[in-house]
Amino acid sequence: MNLLELQRRMAEDVRRPLTEDYEMRSFADDGRPVADIAASYISPNSRLSSFERLEIYNRQYWFRLITAVSEDYPTLNALLGQKRFDALILAYLDEHPSTSWTLRDLGAKLPAFLAAHPEFAGRRHRLAVDVANLELAYVDAFDGKQLDPLTTEEAQAIGADSRLFLQPHLRLLELAYPVDNLVLAVKKEMPEVDIVSSAATHRDVTNRAKIPPVKRGKLFLAVHRYDDSVYYRRLEKETFLLLEGLRLGASVAAAASQAFAKSKLTPDAQALLLQQSFAHASQLGWLCPLPGTDVALPHLEMKVN
Amino acid sequence: MPANRFNGYTDYEVGIGLRVPHYDHILSKKPIVDWFEIISENYMVDGGRPLKILDQILDQYRVVQHGVSMYFGSAQPLNRDHLKRIKELTKRTKTPWLSDHLCWGSVDGRYTHDLLPLPYTFEAVRTTAERIRMVQDFLEIPLAVENVSSYAAYNDSEMTEWEFLNEVVHAADCGILLDVNNIYVSSQNHDFDPMDYVNSIPAERVAQIHIAGHSKFEKYILDTHDHPVLDPVWKLYGRAIERSGPTATLLEWDDNIPSFDEVHAEALKAHRFLRAAETAMSVGAGLREEAHV
Ligand SMILES: [Fe+2]
Repeated sequence: MNLLELQRRMAEDVRRPLTEDYEMRSFADDGRPVADIAASYISPNSRLSSFERLEIYNRQYWFRLITAVSEDYPTLNALLGQKRFDALILAYLDEHPSTSWTLRDLGAKLPAFLAAHPEFAGRRHRLAVDVANLELAYVDAFDGKQLDPLTTEEAQAIGADSRLFLQPHLRLLELAYPVDNLVLAVKKEMPEVDIVSSAATHRDVTNRAKIPPVKRGKLFLAVHRYDDSVYYRRLEKETFLLLEGLRLGASVAAAASQAFAKSKLTPDAQALLLQQSFAHASQLGWLCPLPGTDVALPHLEMKVN
Repeated sequence: MPANRFNGYTDYEVGIGLRVPHYDHILSKKPIVDWFEIISENYMVDGGRPLKILDQILDQYRVVQHGVSMYFGSAQPLNRDHLKRIKELTKRTKTPWLSDHLCWGSVDGRYTHDLLPLPYTFEAVRTTAERIRMVQDFLEIPLAVENVSSYAAYNDSEMTEWEFLNEVVHAADCGILLDVNNIYVSSQNHDFDPMDYVNSIPAERVAQIHIAGHSKFEKYILDTHDHPVLDPVWKLYGRAIERSGPTATLLEWDDNIPSFDEVHAEALKAHRFLRAAETAMSVGAGLREEAHV
């Protein structure tokens, strides 16, 4: 076995899913006994068989990865309970193994995976998807890229034809359940964690929070970073649509007319909300110049329709 | 020694690992710490609090980068994007040397996020040394490779672990981050005398030493970094220092992390050995001078 063959062999064995009791499986997918596979390249010692030595790495792989993902999704973990949550993560990681040197992005596709697999969440599927999306938004807002926002002068020069770029760490969410307070409460109890070089010996159960019933209710939310802390900010539907429009590349006028197209507010109230939306967004540093463009837009005037 | 070309000719003493639970204490109390070791990957992010904290630490302390995902021993080409990001961070930290593990961990673009042991073969020596040289050339910083603890041995191995380490560092012309706790853990798991290992290390290549605690299970020992350093590990440390001279030393404590003061006090126990080595060296130097006269 050359080096590459050995590494391919061992990677397949280390990544093989565990049994329900977190032990190494006895048989590979093709029916071969894993004990035979292990003995083909790992030598035993007087206390441990080849199988048992390989099992240390097989378990460690899963414990480390499950722990890494669960640290990003503590509320989802509490909502589903450990058994269902672990089943979800195992299935997810089996379909989305790590393709990056960092563990940071390991859980990035979990909300989409959960949305496509309702069987892991049962009755509270939509609630679980909302929680997952919000927890992912936290991860992105926490250490996502920060661009220099518009200066006050540039913000004042925003006009109908302006196209803007939204702060990369800002996430906009449309949720069916008001889960912001719930997620915040769980997050507060969670310690921040590092990547380390020590062994992963067990499945850490750090979260025993009980999730109270949550009533359905639409919520538009901005998740963003301000002064190095992550905040959730509830938005009016129109503000949410306006920002979404800008994010998709629409001009200010186009985004505004789309945002207020179905608004039930009076024209005066619409004008006020539009003005406030821009004022808050620029105060919070959400509006940035389009990359590669001249930030100054002196030829345009802010028009409120 | 201890300043040598593998640690950028520095004279660092006892450092501790920078960990999240200690941020507030360090920034508010500003304890005297000779240097901090950071896990590079925790700060290879695009923005936010981790980098802000790092910059505050860098304002007041010396920092050395230690990585967990270089996988010098993986058989396939290096990840350029990863290397570029590490280089970016080295410019921020101005780390005088950089360390990562003598192990593998990825294949065909899939990552295990584990420090998997290499088979001790001549092919693995060639592959690993070539990759270390490439990284060293790219980063333009001295590299030190760390021996990992292991729980499995391969049928294909053609030499002992310490012979393998020797072969690799000579072929790559790089330094060693000698982890004496890992030597102890592996000696128990593979039934060898850890002193044989320490005594075979090319002392002039040791850039840094790791000390740590471990956990004993019924049939094997795991490298858990969640305890104080145990006596047999201190003994190996003493011997390593005796051979290499006083060397930059770092205590790893990654799980069940106690207060900053407790971790620091544990790390500072290393001073006893460092002072003894210094005395031995100055006595030795004195003798040499006399002999010269
Ligand atoms: Fe270490």
